[in-house]
Amino acid sequence: MSKLLNVSASPHVRSKETTQSIMADVCIAMLPATAFGVFHFGFHALLVLIVTVAACVLSEYVFQKIMKLPLTVSDMSAVVTGMILALNMPANIPLWIPALGGVFAIIVVKQLYGGIGQNFMNPALAGRCFLLISFAGKMSDFAMDSWSGATPLAQLKAGEAMDAADLMGMFIGKIPGTIGEVSVVALLVGGIYLAAKKVISLRIPVTYILTVAVFAFIFGKQDMNYVLAHICGGGLVFGAFFMATDYVTSPITPKGQIVFGVLLGILTGLFRIFGGSAEGVSYAIIISNLLVPLIERFTLPAAFGKEGKKS
Amino acid sequence: MNKCIERIYNGIIKENPTFVLMLGMCPTLAVTTTATNGVGMGLSTTAVLVFSNLIISALRKIIPDRVRIPAYIVIVASLVTIVQLLLQAFVPSLYSSLGIFIPLIVVNCIILGRAEAYAAKNGPLESAFDGIGMGLGFTVGLTCIAIVREILGAGAVFGFEFIPEDFRITIFGLAPGAFFVLAGLTALQNKFKAPSATNGSAPRSGLACGGNCASCSGASCMSNHAALEAVREKAEAEAAAAKKAAAEKAAAAKKAAAKKAAAENAAGQDAQAADKE
Repeated sequence: MSKLLNVSASPHVRSKETTQSIMADVCIAMLPATAFGVFHFGFHALLVLIVTVAACVLSEYVFQKIMKLPLTVSDMSAVVTGMILALNMPANIPLWIPALGGVFAIIVVKQLYGGIGQNFMNPALAGRCFLLISFAGKMSDFAMDSWSGATPLAQLKAGEAMDAADLMGMFIGKIPGTIGEVSVVALLVGGIYLAAKKVISLRIPVTYILTVAVFAFIFGKQDMNYVLAHICGGGLVFGAFFMATDYVTSPITPKGQIVFGVLLGILTGLFRIFGGSAEGVSYAIIISNLLVPLIERFTLPAAFGKEGKKS
Repeated sequence: MNKCIERIYNGIIKENPTFVLMLGMCPTLAVTTTATNGVGMGLSTTAVLVFSNLIISALRKIIPDRVRIPAYIVIVASLVTIVQLLLQAFVPSLYSSLGIFIPLIVVNCIILGRAEAYAAKNGPLESAFDGIGMGLGFTVGLTCIAIVREILGAGAVFGFEFIPEDFRITIFGLAPGAFFVLAGLTALQNKFKAPSATNGSAPRSGLACGGNCASCSGASCMSNHAALEAVREKAEAEAAAAKKAAAEKAAAAKKAAAKKAAAENAAGQDAQAADKE
């Protein structure tokens, strides 16, 4: 039988992408930042990473086994959640804390709401905020043997000025912070990889970072170094490329993605400049996640043939 | 007496106000930070509930239907004031930790709900036992939530600390923890649920309210229920009749068709036979 005569139901053109391949791409994109984090903070950072990923994957497997659901462990989404969560941890955290966070992220935030594709906020970030509220002291203790002192954002908050050398350190990653967020250059490499493979569109990250910059310029100090420090410091780059672009919890409409990015930027700026703590990326992202259905509803593109008409 | 024990069982297990009826969520979420608070709140509510049910039931024929809600509120508010003053006098520490939630018992929906649903239609004795049952059910619910939250959040039970500070999950002492624990315990309750009108084990009646008319207010609902049931039965009977008629018709048509086919067959065979010859 020739292929021409082979009749099948639509769709006839399929993408070769699968959830698994996309998630694998995200993992690959996080590798530079992970490698830098392990190199920078030492062996314990690697342990944190392994424990968190294992906790996420195991809890997904056990939950789906117990609830007699189809197993989705092989789609690697739990691995991505675990990696993001681990990269959001300080390097010297006791290992049971990220494990608990992983279990919370997967079971409470992801599986209880219906598993992959159904969670209303980013599971890794919800897990992180859970830990941040529960173990505030340990989660914001970034003191290492070789790297002590406040994070750049805390220094900014305290009113210290930044010079070019500090900025260079922040760009490369020679600063205290969580495992994955320190090195802007490693994160950018991963982000560009994702954008080049068309896994993410650059709309959310670019509008997010630009809005934070504009916000910091207007409401903070009118100083280039200050603005750049806000961009390179903390989890902004990591959040913009890897957490805010999560498919499930970000808008799918192009206009919506821009609105989402601006909203994230404004919230982050508010939390950082007017809020009580120095960092606000995590909270900004999970709050914006909650608003995604609303954003999508108001930015729905017109259907083909109905452009220009008012419904 | 049997009925009274049934009311207590109903309140604690079958229609537990916290886990089954989901009433009184505001104090449930707010004061359950420690087990002591949970027990204190539950017992204060029980005291008010028993006496409000008793008084409302005794006055149910005197209170005019139109002003029954204000009348109930006045009764409940007087009782709450008594309880509040007693707590302030004898357990000032509990009084200060419960704070605003003591006066808020006045608008607790369990109390108003039981007054409307039960005390206004039943005798004083049963109503008082209904109050005891519901109150104890509320106390049990609050205490369960509070114990879990206190263990996880503060590493203690009734103020006795046994988990070192490093291993406490502070979020369970805060508002989100209340939601987590309530949801978790309600899920467990649903898993091992006792049959009741509100959790889906009772026979369905097709009414939106679940048809639990015994605990529903207003006789109009009962007559509505009867009317609706009658209409439904009539419709069902009509549908059945129509179905039967259709079936008969179809059967008749089939029979006729079969006959015709048989006749044709016979004719065909005749013709074949004729051909052969």
